[in-house]
Amino acid sequence: MTKYFTRMGDGFGVRLSEEEIRSDIRDGVADAADRGKIPPLTEEEMEHLYRIVTMEGVIVGVNRGEEVVSSTDQGADTVGCESGVPIDRVVQVQMLERAFGLDSTDYGFTDYNFKAVKSIVHYEAASIERALDMSVIPVLYGGMPNLGFYTKPDGPVDNWAELLPQGKIKEALEAQEQAVELAVHDMVYVAEQMFEAGVDGINLDTCGAAGDADFLAALKACEEIRRRFPTMGVEIGMAGEFVLGMHGRLKYDDTRLAGLYPHRQVKLAEKAGATIFGAVVNTNTSKSFPWNIARVCTFMKECVKEAGKIAVHANVGMGVGGIPMCETIPHDVVSRADKALIEICNIDGL
Amino acid sequence: MGTEITHTVSACMGGMKTAGDLVLRMQLLYGMKIREAKEYVAKKLGVTVSELSDPSVMTELRQELGLGVQEPNVGDVVGMAAKIRIAGKLGITINSVENFKRKAGLI
Repeated sequence: MTKYFTRMGDGFGVRLSEEEIRSDIRDGVADAADRGKIPPLTEEEMEHLYRIVTMEGVIVGVNRGEEVVSSTDQGADTVGCESGVPIDRVVQVQMLERAFGLDSTDYGFTDYNFKAVKSIVHYEAASIERALDMSVIPVLYGGMPNLGFYTKPDGPVDNWAELLPQGKIKEALEAQEQAVELAVHDMVYVAEQMFEAGVDGINLDTCGAAGDADFLAALKACEEIRRRFPTMGVEIGMAGEFVLGMHGRLKYDDTRLAGLYPHRQVKLAEKAGATIFGAVVNTNTSKSFPWNIARVCTFMKECVKEAGKIAVHANVGMGVGGIPMCETIPHDVVSRADKALIEICNIDGL
Repeated sequence: MGTEITHTVSACMGGMKTAGDLVLRMQLLYGMKIREAKEYVAKKLGVTVSELSDPSVMTELRQELGLGVQEPNVGDVVGMAAKIRIAGKLGITINSVENFKRKAGLI
């Protein structure tokens, strides 16, 4: 019996039969359809996915003319910070542009969050201004709302994660609401400085990491940034596929945020004025790539379908978008995830 | 770095190798879908949508129009100069271009 090489969600290789791959694809689709209460992929789409998973070659590619564009969420510091090559971000932007062929990049502080940046924002703005003088591709400034940073002892607000187990529900809810306002202020403040420096856009990344209040902060900040600086685009990238209800009662545009999946998140991002939505679907490390990518495609197809005047960039990186949860990411699964998301889900970017 | 390189090779336009940066600008500014953004840029540059992703066609065109190229030679337009031309060609506002013009006393 022929067995095809693929990978598990932790990155390690596995050989599966045609029957096992088809079964995993069907199960992954069913899981997404059930959780998201969305339509499953069609038989034809599942067949196409099977062909992509089992294609020969390490790297597969999209059909000519179907290429998309890419945005990033790492602070233009992968060469310097992650790869450990001592090099300034101003130079890295030019490397990413002229050596790596990226369509855009984002600039950011190593501790990628707006509260941390606030006190050094003038240095950050001066640095990005130099990068903008010498680059051509769009450069965004990125960071996370990171609502947890506003809790004591690092911040001024009581820690709701400590209050909730004590049964102090009212205090926990109020603490999150206070943190939202502080985070919005910081994000808009940093965005204002970056606008003065001339950036092309703001990347509000990993939104919802601390739950529904975190997502609300991003939406409110986006609304304000777009209102004040209309020539600066905003990308809202999510932390996970599902908004956790740490507060539970928070709403945006009369929609309760807790429990939203990507196809509902995107509508709120659009309402807030975001121009790019970075949709996320998590990877299950104990399931196979066929299972994970089938699940991702089911969610992402619906997300693109529901998106109006907003571009959907699927997050395809470590632990999301069908990609294994491992540091050194294999080309084989990344290229297959890209092809599937473009040809089955019609995403606008990666 | 693994994912960015693979995305570029298997599924993306390739930035300045083609017209990826220009298409991305339209998405970032106006929330355009990929097809709409490509059609807009292609029309402004006077090429077909499929030519937008062709490095041979686009390098020559970008050199001719001064929109910046991946491997600039002597005399090629790079950095801010290229962005000034991109803003004009696409009919868009680029914040850093406006800043530069103010600082240079051009506006």
